[in-house]
Amino acid sequence: MTEPTATVDTTAARRLDGNAAAGMLAELFAVDVTTARSRCASCGTTSMLGAHHLYADAPALVLRCPDCTDVVLRYAVQEGRILLDLRGAQLLTVPAPAATDESNGA
Amino acid sequence: MAVLTRGFRGRSQDRGDQRLPPGQYDVGDGFPVLSAGPTPRTPPARWDLTVHDQTGELRRWNWEEFRALPREALSVDIHCVTTWSKFDTRWEGVSLDTLLQDAPATARHVLASSDGGYTTNLPLEELTGGRAWVVDTYEGQPLAPEHGGPARLLVPHLYLWKSAKWVRRLTLLPHDEPGFWETFGYHNHGDPWREERYSGD
Ligand SMILES: [Zn+2]
Repeated sequence: MTEPTATVDTTAARRLDGNAAAGMLAELFAVDVTTARSRCASCGTTSMLGAHHLYADAPALVLRCPDCTDVVLRYAVQEGRILLDLRGAQLLTVPAPAATDESNGA
Repeated sequence: MAVLTRGFRGRSQDRGDQRLPPGQYDVGDGFPVLSAGPTPRTPPARWDLTVHDQTGELRRWNWEEFRALPREALSVDIHCVTTWSKFDTRWEGVSLDTLLQDAPATARHVLASSDGGYTTNLPLEELTGGRAWVVDTYEGQPLAPEHGGPARLLVPHLYLWKSAKWVRRLTLLPHDEPGFWETFGYHNHGDPWREERYSGD
């Protein structure tokens, strides 16, 4: 029998606290997402976010796929907190801000 | 100006003192339509209402069969979580006591599912005892698609998002299964008198 405790679990060792994601996500949510593209989790069609159908008078903003009309995204502000549900967006592709490219190149 | 405004407010408050839940206002003759998606328009010939449990379909009524079930007329106050309330709305339809009379003994919860993909969850015991209906008539007229026609659930003692528009299926479950708004920060139960608008998580 081998000694499992003798091996180093590199995956666990390299796991970061979720706070480390905050910086990257802040970059994402600071960009203009109307030029973002989203792949619908229901039908697989990719469309510009700005071309989706927005229903804004419900208890939340409900964004629907222009192809199959399934829900892609829900957004609401309730009692001082923001809720974002992206379950219907299989992949969100956002052009990186130009400033980020420059700072990376510098 | 102030006197005139107070006069209007006073009248609506007199009417609403006993009947207006906390945080709500009387919308008067209006009937707001708050849509989260396109309005389904299912013609009666393609419409049916089914009762399911986890194993499959228990009951099914097509439009003619549904219209032939014992009917009730009711006048109720309705309360939307977006803070409007509407008094003395008159509906006709079929009591859920009739539709769910063969519910299996293990059933505790109901998930209502609608054309267009909307869902909402309710405790079974709050749908029976003359507290819930599937209605197809509003103020003497066929229920308009904008308000959930051809037929919608009506559970007036809970916030109106529980009264699923365009309802097509009632699924009886032993466990609770949160619906469209209940999975998005809205309260699982939704009692307007307790202001059960939002969930804590
Ligand atoms: Zn789609």
